[in-house]
Amino acid sequence: MKINNEHLKELEDEAIFVMREVAAQFERKAILFSGGKDSIVLVHLARKAFWPARMPFSLLHIDTGHNFEETLKFRDDLAAGLGVELIVRLVQDTINRGKVVEETGVNASRNKAQSVTLLEAIEELRLDAAIGGGRRDEEKARAKERFFSHRNEFGQWDPKNQRPELWNIFNGRRNPGEHFRVFPISNWTELDVWQYIFSENIRLPELYYTHRRKIFRRHNIYLAWAPFMRLKPDETVFETDVRCRTIGDITCTGVTLSKAGSLKEIIMEIAATRITERGGRFDDQRSDTAMEDRKKEGYF
Amino acid sequence: MGINGSYQYKSLLRFTTAGSVDDGKSTLIGRLLYDSKSIFEDQLENIARSSSQLGRNEIDLSLLTDGLRAEREQGITIDVAYRYFATPARKFIIADTPGHAQYTRNMVTGASTADLAVILTDARKGILEQTIRHSFIAALLDIRHVVFCINKMDMVGYSEEIFNQIRDDLDTLTRKLEIEDVHYIPISARYGDNVVGQSDNMKWYKGKTFLRLIETIKVRKNKDSGEARLPVQTVIRPHSAEYHDYRGYAGRISGGTFRQGDEVVVLPSMKETRIREINISGKRLTEGSTGDSVTLTLEDQLDAGRGDLIAGKGSLPTTGQEVRLMVCWFSEKPLRKGSRYIIRNCGNESVCIIKSIDYRININTLEREEADLINMNDIAGVTIKTARPIYFDSYKKNNTTGSLIFIDEGTNETSGAGIIEQAEI
Repeated sequence: MKINNEHLKELEDEAIFVMREVAAQFERKAILFSGGKDSIVLVHLARKAFWPARMPFSLLHIDTGHNFEETLKFRDDLAAGLGVELIVRLVQDTINRGKVVEETGVNASRNKAQSVTLLEAIEELRLDAAIGGGRRDEEKARAKERFFSHRNEFGQWDPKNQRPELWNIFNGRRNPGEHFRVFPISNWTELDVWQYIFSENIRLPELYYTHRRKIFRRHNIYLAWAPFMRLKPDETVFETDVRCRTIGDITCTGVTLSKAGSLKEIIMEIAATRITERGGRFDDQRSDTAMEDRKKEGYF
Repeated sequence: MGINGSYQYKSLLRFTTAGSVDDGKSTLIGRLLYDSKSIFEDQLENIARSSSQLGRNEIDLSLLTDGLRAEREQGITIDVAYRYFATPARKFIIADTPGHAQYTRNMVTGASTADLAVILTDARKGILEQTIRHSFIAALLDIRHVVFCINKMDMVGYSEEIFNQIRDDLDTLTRKLEIEDVHYIPISARYGDNVVGQSDNMKWYKGKTFLRLIETIKVRKNKDSGEARLPVQTVIRPHSAEYHDYRGYAGRISGGTFRQGDEVVVLPSMKETRIREINISGKRLTEGSTGDSVTLTLEDQLDAGRGDLIAGKGSLPTTGQEVRLMVCWFSEKPLRKGSRYIIRNCGNESVCIIKSIDYRININTLEREEADLINMNDIAGVTIKTARPIYFDSYKKNNTTGSLIFIDEGTNETSGAGIIEQAEI
């Protein structure tokens, strides 16, 4: 397979530039690491940006407690291999402290509660920059996001009052208590990410490749079955060949019926696909502005 | 890579779209994505549902770009939105900029990273104040390729005569503004004429469709004069046994080409040395050019850091404390003579004082007029005095070393953009 990847070089140069700006403009910074492909690509870019020095970022994982086992092992191995600090904060702890009330019902998810744990962690660690793998092609609220996205002292995003970003000059000046979310791969699409993973030969969790798994169907989305998932009466669990198109909290991350077992096959599958990446995410289907509403509250 | 050469097909084309309210900009982008099959099924279902909720009879393609809650409720676009699509020929990044309030701020922002500008005009209205403004901004920001889409041709009976009249008027304007490469296309974004497919309603138009044009247009890859520039972002010092004395200057090359062994000068110290090595992530390169994010090591141990500029010997930038600029103002707090701001030019910050407001541009006539203060969305000629010397090029020569932003010391907001003309001598 021949991949036209000239544009990847420009996207990489841009992302490395942004990473280096974060290093220069901020004091305490972390990469928001989920174990998903976008955050794995971020780590890869950070490693390249600062070679031969160690990247000046720690990895922060907000763990909902509903993750795939394999993701967690991959996360631990990656951090150990790089020699960077891995910080894990648990949504369960936030719930135990009574800071957030757990959702109930069959669609219960800790996706929204993550925002609270994330903001707590940012405050506790006194982070002034949190680097995320958000991309503007993912969702329409993200299409209006900046590379350097200012958050007030409450961690909130004001989409109507963002700092204009001109040329490649990023203004990260802030008052105490405020922080920035930084998105180095803003301009990448899902296909760019996969082509980059292919051309750089980046290792991913096996969940991204086809495997047998117990799943069930809810509305138009296939969800992975796990002991804490609650089924509706008309839902049945069955086993088939699937792969994850995104990896996140099990309760809201759909799986794709797929036999793609290599990066080449995945790229061909994505190039031909007719559903967006987030179309398989239950959290975005709650309302038309679900992402915008969560982002204003402090979501990733 | 001189100023007259290096036109090529880029595999990534960034363009900005501008137009007045209701010129159909969002519809054009929606049509482009729809007809080039870049819209996914779930997105289409979403906008079909929203269209009927909003009481529209047909699918409203503008809903693809108007994403925020307030935008849908008010039927407007609030902020610069970025869109992505690819054809087998190219990948495209669209900066979609709204045409109403904060228009200058948004268009300048979108245009600052664009290779090409698309400006929409309504065939029924011809040149409006906003058309002049958008063309002026494209010229000011040194965008060399401008495509005028004369939209809503369906509402003027697909008349060749009307198209020709608007084209001639625009031609007069763009000549005055000295825009290098200008194209005119008659379209109907609503019905798709000449957007992706050739129009059956306008057989008199023999040119390329909009998509075909942006797929095939040759753009200059490097907007620079060929003089080598590397603004230092950060210094890489591993402090490890293996790389004990390693000192790498990390940055993105913003002009020309650096080669191993080249003689360079580091500003502001003016110390001379040679390039020992150019690398990225341990991969050694024989040369690096504009746009490359690299790490340079130098033959001599210098005490250089963030904000310093590595330049090719024999092509030094200007150093000075008084600078003449064109300013686009974004802040509600007007710019006044004597007020203080922080400026950021590459990685360099300095305090400056507005020494004089030389003129304001009247956007309707493009004439210069006297002004005491500069309001939001104004464009003006200004002279600043910086607290310490800064080093820069004119914007025409180098878009990176020739640009800066103004930051409000109190609020940290980005208050304006500055396009450097030249030093005050």
